[in-house]
Amino acid sequence: MDALLLSRFQFAATTMFHFLFVPLTLGLSIIVAYMETKYVRTGDKTYLDMTKFWAKLFLINFAVGVVTGITLEFQFGTNWSRYSAYVGDIFGSLLAIEATASFFLESTLIGVWIFGWNKLSKKAHAAVMWLVALGSHLSAVWILVANAWMQSPVGYTIREGRAELTDFAAVVTQKFAVVKIIHTISSAMVLGAFFIMGISAYHLLKKKNVDFFNRSFKTGLGFAVVFSLVVFIMGDLNGVVVGEKQPAKLAAMESLWETQKAAPVYMFAWPDEENGRNTIEIGPIPGALSLLVKHDFNAEIKGLNDFPKEEHPPVLITSFAFKGMVGLGTVFILLSIAGLFLKDKLVNTPLYLKIMVAAIPLPYLAIQLGWLVTEIGRQPWIVYGLMKTAEADSPIAASQVGISLAAFIIVYGLLGLAGFYLIARKAIQGPDLDGDDNGHGAIGQPLKTT
Amino acid sequence: MALQNIWFLLWGLLWAIYFITDGFDLGIGSLYPFLGKSDADKRTMINAMGPVWDGNQVWLLTAGGVTFAAFPLVYAVMFSSLYTALMLILFALIIRGVSFEFRHKIDDPKWTKIWDTCIFVGSVLPAILFGVAFANIFRGIPFDQEGVYQGTLLTLLNPYGLLGGLLFLLLFLQHGSLWLSIRSQGPIHDRAVKTANGIWPVLLVVAVVFLIATKFATGLYDNYLAHPVLFVIVLLAVAGLFGAKVFLSRKEIFKAWVASAVTIIGCTFFGVVGLFPNLFPSSIDPAYSLTAHNASSSPLTLKIMLFVALFFVPLVLAYQIWSYQLFKDKIRTEDMMY
Repeated sequence: MDALLLSRFQFAATTMFHFLFVPLTLGLSIIVAYMETKYVRTGDKTYLDMTKFWAKLFLINFAVGVVTGITLEFQFGTNWSRYSAYVGDIFGSLLAIEATASFFLESTLIGVWIFGWNKLSKKAHAAVMWLVALGSHLSAVWILVANAWMQSPVGYTIREGRAELTDFAAVVTQKFAVVKIIHTISSAMVLGAFFIMGISAYHLLKKKNVDFFNRSFKTGLGFAVVFSLVVFIMGDLNGVVVGEKQPAKLAAMESLWETQKAAPVYMFAWPDEENGRNTIEIGPIPGALSLLVKHDFNAEIKGLNDFPKEEHPPVLITSFAFKGMVGLGTVFILLSIAGLFLKDKLVNTPLYLKIMVAAIPLPYLAIQLGWLVTEIGRQPWIVYGLMKTAEADSPIAASQVGISLAAFIIVYGLLGLAGFYLIARKAIQGPDLDGDDNGHGAIGQPLKTT
Repeated sequence: MALQNIWFLLWGLLWAIYFITDGFDLGIGSLYPFLGKSDADKRTMINAMGPVWDGNQVWLLTAGGVTFAAFPLVYAVMFSSLYTALMLILFALIIRGVSFEFRHKIDDPKWTKIWDTCIFVGSVLPAILFGVAFANIFRGIPFDQEGVYQGTLLTLLNPYGLLGGLLFLLLFLQHGSLWLSIRSQGPIHDRAVKTANGIWPVLLVVAVVFLIATKFATGLYDNYLAHPVLFVIVLLAVAGLFGAKVFLSRKEIFKAWVASAVTIIGCTFFGVVGLFPNLFPSSIDPAYSLTAHNASSSPLTLKIMLFVALFFVPLVLAYQIWSYQLFKDKIRTEDMMY
């Protein structure tokens, strides 16, 4: 185990862990702000109760998201110092902008939201949650622009062994970034929506607080329908830009080895990476890949064998993660549409409700798979075409990384358990509709002290 | 080049703002087991930081982010060299950050104790380690021509480094006890004021020792001796220190806190200005040192980032000050959201 491999594991583990919490923060921030706005507009107390309940879960999640984010900012420097020196102009700027333009907004205003119930007007307080949502989403925008640059470097020149910025606008507006941003933010909306629908379904099965959870479910449902479709469409567009900018990744995603026109999509393919072929190929849909990626049935798609072997990403993980993500994305659309038909008789459709409870972890899985596709599919590059991951790590002792990796596994493991336990516990407990929450601090209410 | 010098100062400013904001959070957290006698006391201390701690912490992310953007070589060599110290700071901040949210969620003393410990450890460790890190930067870090660190964590725990750690801790304890005094009332308020008074003479002694030790352990005074007008920075820090004492004795706590902030800013700039143009000096060979002039990003990047900073930093300060204004009164039980 050398320092490079350990640093890879550590980065993967800490980023994936952080991104267990980020999408829910993104998705719920919007949905909770929406609920609070409905309360302000209608004066209907149930909307206030909904705001307070779902915000409780949001805040537990938000805390873990914030602290695990600090790790990532540090980690580019600690473990990937050669990468940092190389891309500082561009990547460093985007991170610094992320902090000044977005982190400040969400972190400052979340404190105002938590503590400001009795200090702000109803309208102002609701506006604050919209600003928290804006801060979180801006943060996503900037980091995704940064990641997009790693995948598709633009607006730079190489001088004295470093990438120097030449065109900031090109970096910020490139198609790869725009598509990635909309796709990722939509996936977070889907996760937030399914989280709300799943927990609501749990209570509807028990026929507890039926009106409250019917309304919560339907609120989530609206977002789920819209954004599961947007995710899918943007996913397709993502395939187009990947085909343009990262042809080796595309070939790996589809386990395509031979360059060909009317390239197929395989329902199932087991790659033999040593020998540059698939051992198993089931259900090839001829021309489907060409059609999806180039919008031309006869377009030529490059196969992996046209790239040097050392530039092949790991095909098994990339292709299986991709297929898994797309499969789940399809499921989300189907479940959302089913919800449209069943929304007025949810309590009487226990099968659907049980499925929705079981579906809660699925958007989490889909999002993690998506990141595996984009990050593992980019290998061996850390900056596509410019710098290999193997040339990017810090010149430090493997033992140091081994210890920090072990520490992350332990601390994050415990943190994750505590965080998800608290979320599940509150989710199962349900809302506190008589205003005292067993003395544990209904939002906007005093906590009991001993 | 002018842009590099401007960014050098901005870099120092961002660290200074971090220390005067999260500094009082770290201070209160470090005092937590000592001043927090009852659960109500502990809750008061947490809620004193409650509305502002997260926004305060972002100044650290900004200082780090700006190091990356403006001086990428410094970010790379500094963060990889100070690996263990930074990881310790990181884990401390992680456990501190979730404690505020998690602590009151379950009514079980064992549960509460875990998060109480996390608040303390998560505050006192970064307070000391930031001081250790910066003192070592002043002193010079043993890294070679390739930017490879030739030491361990223990290398940083030399006497000057530990002195820096002690200084930062005392500065933050002072700053934190003053903030707690502003926002609390009753017995805990009195204890906080007493703490601020008690810390002051210790802080004075350690500050003087640090100023003297800096002459022997570092080359920081070279800039001051070459341009004596710069000593006004030291005077600023001293004025802040004595101002805090004077205001405290007059029971003008808010002014004492402002004076404490001035002390911290003065101390930060004492170091930063003394370092100039170095950002990360090498104790192996000055030729390897990373400076504002050999470790920065391109002029275009510095220019764009300057516009970003000039727009956002005042904006952020404005809405952060607004949020501070919103929560300036004394904490009552009904305000305690944590």
